[in-house]
Amino acid sequence: MAISMDKALGNLPDHLSVYGKRSTLLASNIANADTPGFKARDVDFRAAFEKASGNQLSLTTTSGKHVKGTIAGAAAGPLYRVPNQPSLDGNTVDTQIEQAEFAENAVRYQATLTFLNSKFNGLKLAIKGQ
Amino acid sequence: MSAESVRLNVTSSNLANAQSVGTSPETTYHARHPVFSAVMKSMQGDAASYGVRVDGIVQSQAPLDQRFQPEHPMANDEGYVFVPNVNLVDEMANMISASRSYQSNVEVLNTSKQLMLATLRLGQS
Repeated sequence: MAISMDKALGNLPDHLSVYGKRSTLLASNIANADTPGFKARDVDFRAAFEKASGNQLSLTTTSGKHVKGTIAGAAAGPLYRVPNQPSLDGNTVDTQIEQAEFAENAVRYQATLTFLNSKFNGLKLAIKGQ
Repeated sequence: MSAESVRLNVTSSNLANAQSVGTSPETTYHARHPVFSAVMKSMQGDAASYGVRVDGIVQSQAPLDQRFQPEHPMANDEGYVFVPNVNLVDEMANMISASRSYQSNVEVLNTSKQLMLATLRLGQS
């Protein structure tokens, strides 16, 4: 029985790449907290994850001639944040929100890393067999 | 971070020159302010990352104060000296805002560095 890396790791690598991209976006938001006219952006984690892991929801087709549609509205790309308090210079970054989101994202990233590490340790144990 | 440090620098030069009087409005110090703009750093897939750039430093066009001080060595023919249009309260608020933004950027940098190191150590231990 061969060990399949893909199956062994599950969807954790996809999680990691989505969290990585999200941290880039949030860091951009924090860096531009004082830039006039800058619009804060964030990703919808669920949509981004579904896109990264390739299982987007699609319509069931009963014939080969049917159009395969995907659910509209679940955009995987970055979306603009709706500000709680619009500011005069057109900037929509709320530093507190961005900091909180960034911290949460970092913790989730770290948790995913821990899970991945324990997967690797399990694989090592299986290979050594002792 | 470098943009915020430019802002801190400009603020400190404004504060330092708050009392640098001049003989005419042209030669007197005017308050300076940096102009920030977002600049696209990289594009991976549909997630672009934006950095900050200082587009330039503009001088405040607010009118200068005139003070009647005939005994002042820099006074003009009518006995007036011109005082820079630096608003101390504005500059202090600017300084605090810039240093807080600098702090949160340092925080982000530290966290990102830790996460990257942890990713590099993946599978070890």
